Amino acid sequence: MSNTAIRVDNLSKQYRIGELHEDLFQERFINWLKHGFRRNGAKPVETIFALKDVSFEVREGEILGIIGRNGAGKSTLLSVLSKITYPTSGNVKVNGRLGALLAVGTGFHGDLTGRENIFLNGSILGMKKTEINAKLEEIVSFAGVEKFLDTPVKHYSTGMYLRLGFAVAAHLEPDILLVDEVLAVGDAAFQKKCLNVMNELGGGGRTVLFVSHNMAAIESLCSRALWIENGQLHMDGRPKDVIEAYLATNTDTARLAADFTRIQARRGHGGVKFTKAEFLGSDGEPLKFISSGDALILRLHYEALQQIVSPEFDISIYSTLGILITRFSTAVDYEISLICPGAGWIDLQIDCLNFLPGRYYLSLTLKTQGPILHDDLEHCLEFEVESSDFYGSGKGISRYYGIVFLPRKWRLTTLPHQNKFPLELRYQ
Amino acid sequence: MYGEVLREYWMYRELFYFLAWRDVKVRYKQTVLGIGWAIIQPFLSMIVFTILFGKLGKMPNDGIPYPVFYFAALLPWMYFSTTLSTSSNSLVSNANLITKVYFPRMILPSSSAVSGLVDFSIGCVLLVGILAYYQMSPGWGILLWPLMIMPLVVLALGVSMMLAALNVRYRDIKYTVPFFLQIWLFVTPVIYPSSMVPEKFRALMALNPLAGIIDTFRASIVPEKPIDWQLLTGSLLLTVVIFSAGCAYFRKTERSFADIV
Repeated sequence: MSNTAIRVDNLSKQYRIGELHEDLFQERFINWLKHGFRRNGAKPVETIFALKDVSFEVREGEILGIIGRNGAGKSTLLSVLSKITYPTSGNVKVNGRLGALLAVGTGFHGDLTGRENIFLNGSILGMKKTEINAKLEEIVSFAGVEKFLDTPVKHYSTGMYLRLGFAVAAHLEPDILLVDEVLAVGDAAFQKKCLNVMNELGGGGRTVLFVSHNMAAIESLCSRALWIENGQLHMDGRPKDVIEAYLATNTDTARLAADFTRIQARRGHGGVKFTKAEFLGSDGEPLKFISSGDALILRLHYEALQQIVSPEFDISIYSTLGILITRFSTAVDYEISLICPGAGWIDLQIDCLNFLPGRYYLSLTLKTQGPILHDDLEHCLEFEVESSDFYGSGKGISRYYGIVFLPRKWRLTTLPHQNKFPLELRYQ
Repeated sequence: MYGEVLREYWMYRELFYFLAWRDVKVRYKQTVLGIGWAIIQPFLSMIVFTILFGKLGKMPNDGIPYPVFYFAALLPWMYFSTTLSTSSNSLVSNANLITKVYFPRMILPSSSAVSGLVDFSIGCVLLVGILAYYQMSPGWGILLWPLMIMPLVVLALGVSMMLAALNVRYRDIKYTVPFFLQIWLFVTPVIYPSSMVPEKFRALMALNPLAGIIDTFRASIVPEKPIDWQLLTGSLLLTVVIFSAGCAYFRKTERSFADIV
């Protein structure tokens, strides 16, 4: 029977917004000059609820992901849990040693060397001196700063600084670990390292609370997810469900469909024009968001004013840097002989969207033989592809891996060892 | 309340040590003279005072050589004033720690107070040198010197905690402290001997807890000068009161530090 590691009851945290004017003499004096003795109704003190009535329980050994928009209250929640700040009302109970990684390199002092900072930082995070001594070598090799251990940290590059900070924190062994978006900084290799560490820490039966915007990481590492929205607990459940619900509200759904009827700036004859484009799921319903590896249908609606012979539909997809990733053209694999006047649509069915997470945009072109250009819409629809755990490996695919990914399988074969060495060499 | 305070200090003793160690290390990094500065400051002040107040101003000096007279009082005074200046701003200057990590906030001003003792000790070594130079042998009173360190630290800590806690909310404190310290220097018998203070002002001087402490520091190395027990007792009592008040105010406002700093 697992014990409760963390218990939060009706937690609320209120902050005052605006400057802390307090009773600054200056303020009062200026007010008096401006308004004399008129009871000018003091400006009401505006407050905001960073957290409002949040309640949940975390059992020992659970790995809990916390997601939400920026400013939703996730970091405040972690601050309250780690006793940095206190609740305005409500109760928080924590059982066990708590280690919080809210910022990398807390307490680092530029003038001290790497070695000195390891001790300082470790101590600040709660490690005993003997503990730090024992783990010193591990920490240094994890960070990869052996050569620079005795150089003042102010001379480190940003990357080294981050690696060192994280290396110390990664060797904390608290009962409960809180991690706040520290993985957002650093290059891709660093992020990979961090995720591995988190994985291992979680595996050891430790309770972990992980705040992140990296949905793939949350999906693969966490057994449960909380969605905090506007200071309140919006949803609590399986990571996959919570993430889906969260992304559905967050991705601009209007973006996955676009109305072209009002666009004036378009080249082309106009004999037939695009009227609308939308992304549909394989079930035919409009998609709320697109993830890497999805099966989808891109439906282009058109309106023909006259009969069009041998039309050609072109869809070009570009990355935000303007690189043409791929162009679909009916001229290549779908010959259309005729389009009658009137409205209609053409569906492009993709079984697996091989795009890595990121932003892309579409350009559409309608031509006929000639070439006669009927409609040309450049950069008419931008869409975002979300990350997903496509390979089911627990490792999210990110932009580090390029722009596209391919479905694949790995297979390793080792040859049996053959003793090719002459006898003389063997006995040297 | 004291029990709680001590218990927390004990639990976080290693962090306390590391922060004090950091303060000391960082203070003289990248300087040529390094820890030499710990001696140079009181030494130079002593020389200036000797020339200005001693030779030119002909200030009474209880019959001991001017350098000894001034150095004996300057050493504890410099400790007090530097501790006050750094400690009172310690919460604000360590804002990044306060908002990201939990530890009893009292450790911050306390570690500044303790790191100042390193400079003090080095100054003491120099004092021994000066005493030897003037061939003065202090007698049994010298035992009082190390004993007086305790109330000095407690007083410095008490005032610092109050100021540090206030400074988080009202940054005016940061600007007031240097001015405040200057006045305090004048009302404490550092430049002049306590014997010079006329009767009617003695009561006022007694209100300054530092007066008794510094006076006793001076008296401990001069066998001829009697220890003013009355003044000392008054100072010790005031020290305890101020410390308790500082502690209490600090703990009361501690919860909101991370929110306002």
